[in-house]
Amino acid sequence: MKAPLKWLISYTDIEIESKEDILGLASDMTMSGTKVEGIENKADEISKVVVGKCLELYPHENSDHLVICKMLVGSDTVLQIVTGAPNARVGAYIPVALDGATLTNGLKIKKGKLRGEVSEGMICSFEELGLDYEDYPGGIDDGVIILQDLEDFKDMSEEELNQLVGRDIMEVLGADESVIEFEVTSNRPDCFSITGLAREAAVTLNRKYIAPEIVVKEEGDEEAKSRISVRIEDPDLCSRYIARVVTDVKIGPSPKWMRDRLQQAGIRAINNIVDITNYVMLEFGHPMHAFDRRFVRGDEIIVRRAKDGETMMTLDGIERVFDSSTLVIADKEGPIAVAGVMGGENSGVMDDTREVVFEAALFNPVSVRMTAKKLGMRTESSSRFEKGLNAVNCAMAMERAAQIVEMLGAGKVLKGTVDCYPVPYEEKKVPFNVEKINELLGTDISRDRMVEILTSLEFKVFDDHVVPPHFRPDVVCLADISEEIARFHGYNNIESRLLTGCETTLGRKNRRQTISDMIRNYAKGIGYYEALTFSFESPSVFDMLNLPKESPLRNAFVISNPLGEDFSVMRTSMAPSMLKILSLNHARRNESVSVFEISYVYEKQEDENELPNHKELLSLAAYGDMSFFDIKGDVEALLDSLKIKDYSFAACKDEPYMHPGMCAKVFINGREAGVIGRVHPKVCDNFECPENTYLAFVELEPVIEAAVLIPTYKELPKFPAVSRDLAIVVDKEVPANEVEKVIKQRGGKVLEELVLFDFYDGPQVPKGKKSLAYSLTFRDNEKTLTDEDVNKVMSKILNGLNTILGAEIRN
Amino acid sequence: MLEQLEKIRQEFTERIKEADNAAEVEKLRVAYMGKKGALTAVLRGMGSLSPEERPKIGQKANEIRDYMESTIASRTRELKEKELEAKLASETIDVTMPGTKRRVGGLHPLNQVIDEMKNVFIGMGYEIADGPEVEYDYYNFEALNIPEGHPARDTQDTFYITEKILLRTQTSSVQIRVMENKKPPIKIICPGKVYRSDSVDATHSPIFHQLEGLVVDKGVTMGDLKGTLEIYAKSMFGSDVKVRFRPHHFPFTEPSAEVDVSCWTCKGKGCSMCKGEGYIEVLGCGMVHPEVLRRCGIDPEVYSGFAFGIGIERTAMARFGVTDMREFFENDVRFLKQF
Repeated sequence: MKAPLKWLISYTDIEIESKEDILGLASDMTMSGTKVEGIENKADEISKVVVGKCLELYPHENSDHLVICKMLVGSDTVLQIVTGAPNARVGAYIPVALDGATLTNGLKIKKGKLRGEVSEGMICSFEELGLDYEDYPGGIDDGVIILQDLEDFKDMSEEELNQLVGRDIMEVLGADESVIEFEVTSNRPDCFSITGLAREAAVTLNRKYIAPEIVVKEEGDEEAKSRISVRIEDPDLCSRYIARVVTDVKIGPSPKWMRDRLQQAGIRAINNIVDITNYVMLEFGHPMHAFDRRFVRGDEIIVRRAKDGETMMTLDGIERVFDSSTLVIADKEGPIAVAGVMGGENSGVMDDTREVVFEAALFNPVSVRMTAKKLGMRTESSSRFEKGLNAVNCAMAMERAAQIVEMLGAGKVLKGTVDCYPVPYEEKKVPFNVEKINELLGTDISRDRMVEILTSLEFKVFDDHVVPPHFRPDVVCLADISEEIARFHGYNNIESRLLTGCETTLGRKNRRQTISDMIRNYAKGIGYYEALTFSFESPSVFDMLNLPKESPLRNAFVISNPLGEDFSVMRTSMAPSMLKILSLNHARRNESVSVFEISYVYEKQEDENELPNHKELLSLAAYGDMSFFDIKGDVEALLDSLKIKDYSFAACKDEPYMHPGMCAKVFINGREAGVIGRVHPKVCDNFECPENTYLAFVELEPVIEAAVLIPTYKELPKFPAVSRDLAIVVDKEVPANEVEKVIKQRGGKVLEELVLFDFYDGPQVPKGKKSLAYSLTFRDNEKTLTDEDVNKVMSKILNGLNTILGAEIRN
Repeated sequence: MLEQLEKIRQEFTERIKEADNAAEVEKLRVAYMGKKGALTAVLRGMGSLSPEERPKIGQKANEIRDYMESTIASRTRELKEKELEAKLASETIDVTMPGTKRRVGGLHPLNQVIDEMKNVFIGMGYEIADGPEVEYDYYNFEALNIPEGHPARDTQDTFYITEKILLRTQTSSVQIRVMENKKPPIKIICPGKVYRSDSVDATHSPIFHQLEGLVVDKGVTMGDLKGTLEIYAKSMFGSDVKVRFRPHHFPFTEPSAEVDVSCWTCKGKGCSMCKGEGYIEVLGCGMVHPEVLRRCGIDPEVYSGFAFGIGIERTAMARFGVTDMREFFENDVRFLKQF
């Protein structure tokens, strides 16, 4: 909410004398809860620009478009200025930027020469002063400002205009007002108005709020109700509707002071009648509307739900189609306005309007919000109604509008209002308990001080309750009263403490969080960077992953109002997110990349109304100078670091996005828990990843279950170990883990360790065979093993390998 | 005879000086003290000496033998030392050449900030709670005093899955889940992802992170809220920062506040980081609204509490000087490596 400073303080006895006073007011308002977002003054940008009078004007000898002006800028100072302005003329009063002046955007003006002629300054247009010509009737955008051509100056005598010569132009144009922009929270509809902000400012600075005095003269005898009647058909959506009739309307521009204030508050001036409704909306926070009575057919205003399919063109020129959820203002024939949102194109005030019906009404906030949302037109009006206004202020706004009509001589206000008020305003009682307020705040504020604060906020205070003023619908419980007290006591005057009276609690991470952080730190330690990715993505990734039509991964949660196709489904696999990271890094020529992330995928439940199953995964992704066994080794190391013993891998040929010959399922405690592999070359192409790309996914749940956080100590061995190497030749198809299984089984408990140290399938072994070489370590915890003991075990192992897997010793 | 011995000694002394490796020293030893050595020969000839001469010569010969033995030992030591020196010298490398680095990765800057916040609050006795990101409207809005039609819904543009299921717009939804399942005293924080329908630009992202905090117990006051968040702010932004509480509005807390911290870059003087204001807004907070407590089955007449919500991206951007939020989610390793 933009509040012109002078307007704001005109309803208080606050005095502002300097920039410091303005900053002080701003900072105090911020600290009492109405945050100042900025203070703007157009004149701050502009310096040394004064009104000048053009005494002489003649062509520039060396130019066909430049002229030379002699400008009077002080009692006897005349400057020579070269200009290209097409509208400059002798006798015109024009702003002159003097030597050393600053214009908008920091433009500096210096004395200089233009095509050989001295120019001691510059004459200015609206744009050069940071102003909009449309805010100044009579102003033009393709020339300099000529004061006497403007509506606001055209009636001045030459003598009066001469008085302006040498004076600051921003001041003369009334463009030197400071405008404070406040952030108004949604619970304070009253502060969406100048009077509301003035009230806050007065209490904040401990000064007086002075409400505008409203008097309507209503000359003449004719009554409004003789010309218009009002009927509310849906009192649940409209609890009050007040109409007033103004005759003998003379449409024209509003006075300059009013246009200035509107423009400073960010609303364009239109004509006196429309400006009055907007001015009152800014002043009292209650939106109003004006109808041309000619177009209220049947002289009756009906407030009702629209009929399905009913249409009307709104002021913005768009044909709207309504349904029964929309509240409209209608006449006998059909809708003439969307209640609380926007008027109709065909019933508004026009240049030839002679008779006006003013509307001040109270509409249901939820209904207005929904209608505005549905029709996609959030307006100054709807944004106020949806926060909740009140019936008392509604009547005040109407009276104020009538008063201003009379003040401006814009028309004749007929006697009385037509006031349809089916749901009268009721004062509410809110409990008031000094002790409880102090208990909640942790303060020791006296009852007197509380009463003082509440009274200044116009609350009526009783023994055990208060009655908030009509404009404070937000205050409904003791906590709300506490906030009012705290705001003006000063949040920063509340003494800080540290849950002194409360029970001590134990702060810690639970098992899942602990293990998750251990994994993150371990992954970091072995060279992976942690990534963070979006949890929604494009449904096109399913095809990019080669997923078959029936793949359960395609069954994703769909966002009904996504930001776009690319962000429209909740991910069911981490593969696309990871591949996109690799792709981006590859495109940016980062040579080798390893990243990891722990995050969720979302599995849809059968029942649409159930939340998805959030499954947490560890994902590793890498490309560069590496092989399948590097990423597999990383996964093994991670599991080892968590002291997980029982894990294994099995070849997997049917993961659609993985290389069918370089992919394995991960098993933890016998349960499938993940997949690792080289990415299928087609998928690499689809995601524009390098060929040598690897992914690994491990579910967190089984890892957390299997991890050992507190290991049990085992005595260090007392007896020496014996090592033997074992090289065998076996069919290529026999997986290494089968060989290892046999060795372990036959080796028994004296086999302490088994390490594969060589693999070979070149010409030295028969076709269809491969050679595997293991280093075996034997140890008995009871005695020193003899050669003979070990030989026995070795031959058991060889026997087993031979009979079970057909393996031979390699010579 | 004595002269002969003296001559042997002199000769030995000369020659051992010239012996400059272990083999030559050994050769000398053999030449003088070996079976056929010069000194051995003298000793062998002792039998032919007179009984008067024998002890004298014997003594002299023994003296010379001792001398030779100790000289050989020390010369050997000397030479070994020299050899080692030479070996070490020959092994010298250019230690300024780069080391063979082990690959080290890193944690994401946003998670580093979250980790640090977790540590601060764990130290103050908080547990870490979790809640679903795909959430019921009830937990995200209704239970937090934001019914259908409430204007606060407009400030949080929401992604919907169905009419009743949405992507949570705030971690505050976890407050409700915790209070429904746990009786006071409650002291939790909950970091996590939240979603709002904001288009991606330098300061907006449809997915970002918050850290929620909730305390409910008997006798919790706004003073406790202040004290707690002052400790948080000082441990995150420096012990010398000033912390100020500004009244604000959130539907689920009353009284509500926003917390500003004096700019740690310019010390409150006003700079580009704090946009000239001297203060930077770091979080929103307030006393839990009695309606919210009641709805979760906690009697507001007996218990009170406070809650706060911290924006992680904002904190991280201010902390590291990152100016474009998009970089957090691009995961360019050149970006990630910097933290």
